Amino acid sequence: MKIREVLHIAWEAMNKNKVRSLLTMLGIIIGVASVIIMVSISAGTEAAIKDQITSLGSNLIFIQSSFSRMGVSGGKMATQSGGLVYDDAEALAGVNGVTGVVVEQIATNTVKTGSVSLDSINILGSTADLPRVRDMEIAQGRFFTKAENDQTRKVAVLGASLAAELFGEEDPIGQTILVDNTRLNVIGVFEERGQVGDLDYDARLYVPISVVLDQFTQTYMGKIFGDRVKMIYVEIDDQTVMDDTILQIELLLAKRHEVSLEEADFVITTQQQIIQTQESTTSAFRDLLAWVAGVSLVVGGIGIMNIMLVSVTERTREIGIRQSVGATPGDIRSQFLTEAILLSLVGGLLGVAVGVGGSWLFGKLSDMRTVISLASILLAFLASAAVGVFFGFYPANKAAELDPIEALRYE
Amino acid sequence: MKDRYIVEANGITQIYGMGDAEVVALDKVSVQIEQGEFIAIMGPSGSGKSTLTNILGCLARPTSGQYVLDAEDVSALDKVELAAIRNQKIGYVFQSFNLLPRTTALRNVILPLLYVRDNDKSYAEMEDRAIETLKLVGLEDRMEHEPQELSGGQQQRVAIARALVNNPVMVIADEPTGNLDSRTGKEIMELLHKMNENGTTIIIVTHDKAIADHAQRAIHLLDGHIDNIQHNGHSNVQTKVSKTA
Repeated sequence: MKIREVLHIAWEAMNKNKVRSLLTMLGIIIGVASVIIMVSISAGTEAAIKDQITSLGSNLIFIQSSFSRMGVSGGKMATQSGGLVYDDAEALAGVNGVTGVVVEQIATNTVKTGSVSLDSINILGSTADLPRVRDMEIAQGRFFTKAENDQTRKVAVLGASLAAELFGEEDPIGQTILVDNTRLNVIGVFEERGQVGDLDYDARLYVPISVVLDQFTQTYMGKIFGDRVKMIYVEIDDQTVMDDTILQIELLLAKRHEVSLEEADFVITTQQQIIQTQESTTSAFRDLLAWVAGVSLVVGGIGIMNIMLVSVTERTREIGIRQSVGATPGDIRSQFLTEAILLSLVGGLLGVAVGVGGSWLFGKLSDMRTVISLASILLAFLASAAVGVFFGFYPANKAAELDPIEALRYE
Repeated sequence: MKDRYIVEANGITQIYGMGDAEVVALDKVSVQIEQGEFIAIMGPSGSGKSTLTNILGCLARPTSGQYVLDAEDVSALDKVELAAIRNQKIGYVFQSFNLLPRTTALRNVILPLLYVRDNDKSYAEMEDRAIETLKLVGLEDRMEHEPQELSGGQQQRVAIARALVNNPVMVIADEPTGNLDSRTGKEIMELLHKMNENGTTIIIVTHDKAIADHAQRAIHLLDGHIDNIQHNGHSNVQTKVSKTA
């Protein structure tokens, strides 16, 4: 029998029982749609996270103090080698390939204006390169300069939401704020930046690190640590020599801190590593979703097998008639197999439509991002075809093995 | 071609079940049928009539015995080869018509053509052939009707057209008038006789004495044996039927 005829017969059979065909396909439709929607949601989440991380600035190396080397002995902190200090940053600026160094030290304090007082504001002490290295745009005024940092000038730049909270509609530039009895002159406001993880860039106060070290680290720990800093960001000129640059930085810091590389009191992380960590988490999440959705495809396949078995029984006489006019077992098998595959493929196509539409709708209605991936569409579609073949085979074989005489006699 | 046996069945035995439950449905039955004959097979239920018909129609293989159909030994063929024989050499007409439901008369008649192996005919050619056959049974104006829209007589005509569409050497009609009123039944018998006059060998299974009387020969089966053969003699075709002792 010609392929065209086999398809024609399968198509006829599907159309004669439209409602049943649709119900049969429902499992596959839901399975395929859920694969596509699930994958699009997790891919969207992944892309959003990646974007956020990338927006921290490109070609960045993060150097953090590692406190593993510090121990408490006899109730006194061993501070001989206790992480990064401000001078480290100065030294790092001289390393080949380093185009910018930003130092960060964080303090928390109350910020006041004449009329407003805000508690527990995150105060970030940093250096003049911060906006450039971290890709932050100034909306109003300007950021502080290197000279202002060096001279411990009492200036401040506000995050967007902090500016709104402190001054409302008023122009913040030129105003004075009070932090822990220190008067700071507002010289600029950042553009809205958003939140990365639990870090809200817009609610922060940015001041020269010299001011933080000088004025606001008045806790016990802060006193001990003196000019120690929490983190140094290093911007690198050329990503291709990043490994080499990192090694130079490691050697330099180890030498400065008089430790060996194995016992380093600092940790270097690259942007790439952060992205990779994120990716491995989200891809594990995505795989899980895909498996769950895949299970529903299998359930859909079982639905198809179920209906095909019913259909074979119901159409026993039809099978007998076909056999009596010369259909071979192979003809009968391919007819029912084709029908099962056609059901799954049409179900798969409808599932793709529902999945793509659903993902789009989901992206519109919720604030979650969805990314429809072609791979997931292909995968879901192929999987549904495979399900059709796999679960169609048993009923088709059953049909093919019917005895023509008994089939013709079947009521 | 005269004096040529279309059917040469020798010592056909069919046993169902095994051991103590063994039932001998046919016991060494031999039948010869010539090209162009009109044969009736009669007998009460359980006589082996259906079993013999199924074997002659290549729907089943005998437990033992040799069956030569149209000069080809079909007793040893497998399922696939038997299907091809049914397709090429045999047409069936059933009591309950056995048309595909919700399928037009034309599609029903085309059906055997679709299962022709190594078919080089286009669909249009097959359609032409089916239309031609439907005209032969007088249904050219009902081709696009589905079985449920047709009367019993018309449905049986569609079935006859389907039986004839592949130019079989033999048509087996199993109680073809059983579900029809007597007037329609008569029309169907006339149609079958017309087909027979055109050269198609016809085997008709029936309870109806009147129908058997119109056949050239009527083979009466009883308990798996040929009980007697009634020669009606209104044909010049030589008939030979032997009963193996």
